[in-house]
Amino acid sequence: MTATAPAPAPSPGSPDTKTDERLLKASPLKKLMGRPELGSVVGAVAVFVFFAVAADSFLQATSLATVLYAASTLGIMAVPVALLMIGGEFDLSAGVMVTTSALISSMFSYQMTANVWVGVLVSLIVTLAIGVFNGVMLTRTDPPSFIITLGTFLMLTGMNLGFTKLISGTVSTKSIADMEGFTSAKDVFASTLTIGGVDFKITILWWLGLILVATWILLRTRVGNWIFAVGGGEQAARAVGVPVAATKIGLYMGVAFGAWVSGQHLLFSYDVVQSGEGVGNELIYIIAAVIGGCLITGGYGSAVGAAVGALIFGMVSKGIVFAEWNPDWFKFFLGVMLLLATLLNHWVRKRAEATK
Amino acid sequence: MTTDPIDVTDAVPGPDPDRTPLVELDDVSKYYGNIRALEGVSLEVHAGEISCVLGDNGAGKSTLIKIIAGLHQHDAGSFRIEGEDAKLGTPRDALNHGIATVYQDLAVVPLMPVWRNFFLGSEPTKGVGPFKRLDVDLMRETTRAELLRMGIDLRDVDQPIGTLSGGERQCVAIARAVYFGAKVLVLDEPTAALGVKQSGVVLKYVAAARDAGLGVVLITHNPHHAYLVGNRFVLLKRGTMFGSYARDEVTLDELTRQMAGGSELDDLRHELEKR
Repeated sequence: MTATAPAPAPSPGSPDTKTDERLLKASPLKKLMGRPELGSVVGAVAVFVFFAVAADSFLQATSLATVLYAASTLGIMAVPVALLMIGGEFDLSAGVMVTTSALISSMFSYQMTANVWVGVLVSLIVTLAIGVFNGVMLTRTDPPSFIITLGTFLMLTGMNLGFTKLISGTVSTKSIADMEGFTSAKDVFASTLTIGGVDFKITILWWLGLILVATWILLRTRVGNWIFAVGGGEQAARAVGVPVAATKIGLYMGVAFGAWVSGQHLLFSYDVVQSGEGVGNELIYIIAAVIGGCLITGGYGSAVGAAVGALIFGMVSKGIVFAEWNPDWFKFFLGVMLLLATLLNHWVRKRAEATK
Repeated sequence: MTTDPIDVTDAVPGPDPDRTPLVELDDVSKYYGNIRALEGVSLEVHAGEISCVLGDNGAGKSTLIKIIAGLHQHDAGSFRIEGEDAKLGTPRDALNHGIATVYQDLAVVPLMPVWRNFFLGSEPTKGVGPFKRLDVDLMRETTRAELLRMGIDLRDVDQPIGTLSGGERQCVAIARAVYFGAKVLVLDEPTAALGVKQSGVVLKYVAAARDAGLGVVLITHNPHHAYLVGNRFVLLKRGTMFGSYARDEVTLDELTRQMAGGSELDDLRHELEKR
């Protein structure tokens, strides 16, 4: 690197500004090493090969469809949670928010004897409002997001149980399967598409759609630039005029939107909702994002990485079943994956930055 | 890093008393509850000039910056931008008035590529509706060209800005402010954490910004750096102004002596010699 006295501007179109011969030194491999999702892709390939060898049925199309289904239900949440993490924050209420969202649609439709789509819409508004609540609480007050969303997590957990018992008398909602609009809502949130004789769940499409939208936002829009900035240097971002509060509130609304999609899938798959579900899932979303290369301190990561993290999750959870092992070992595998992925990401990032 | 020797003094233009200052603080005070952070401070910033604010730790330099940058509002006195009374609510307000602030440690987001940092907060877009997107090619090429114009030759604008040296990061932040048409550039201790050569590089860009017609507020505790480029000097001590000089009213020795504590330093010398 050389710095000389201020030089006159090069004439437009001069070769200097277009290409730089020193750029050739950065090999495609180095560029690849600099991608945040590299570690998770390597991990995903390793896990895939491992179960392809260990479980005979793993490579069958139906098995892969099952793996993709498991990955998608998780990935729908892991992608917005990853964006939030790149923005430097956590949302511990994400897991129970899914259940809250499902309970609201179900109970609103049932109690008001309305078309279920009305309940679905009310649920969308309320869930987004919870996201706004998290975001506003965080940006207006001092405590870290860990504490604030822990508060929301506890409140939602209590409200899920409390309101459900108050309204239904039991811990689960009444079935809404025979209500108006249920079939069309099920088509949107919980249908099965048969391609080449193999059944694929529609959540896979929602998942892929979210990955595309999230990647677009992150890499090609102003908001994406702001997300990286508020996570990687909040004060610097504020000083150059980035709307920090609005960006963070938007990220929490993104998580809320994911929770709404997930919640509606839950409801329309089983037509009843257990009010105690969802607790603990928030950590799984965070783990998927971290395996996918998101830096826990913010400012670095990718939506594709988080999606691959979710895919690893799906492969491990279903792979253990296909290999006919005791599923009790799932959590152990998870822990190993998390540690390996974190170490690999750390190593890759160090090398990528050192060799630049 | 190769640098030419610093030769910026001879380029200092003389002050012109008839012009309206770009930014003028008159008898400005700021209180935090019952704590007097700043009292009775006056400062003028003219186009094509560098106004230096000197002071030790806790002298009120940060408070002064925050008022000019729009992070805090003053409680008394007047703050005029191009002759008009102003009270800035947010950093965005300040930017809209053409006041750009470059903070010592907080100037850039280290993990983001240079080109994303360069345009942060003012990203150019193309396309409409949902297809409105960053004009990445324009951003990359402008970043490279603008930095080259300031004399920084980057191999790769995609590298995280954290991999640049401290001086280069300051220069990118200054180049950014100049590119976005800032009229007033506020620099918070730009040379504080830098070595001698790096400081020289930064001071040269400060001078380059001045020559481009910007008014510069240079906050520093280093009288040598201030005297190299400054046109006016305001000295702060414990929240009050205890000196305000034009360049021809003060020598470097006098400035250094006052900064080092003046008579307090003499007392200290006597005390130490007694031992």
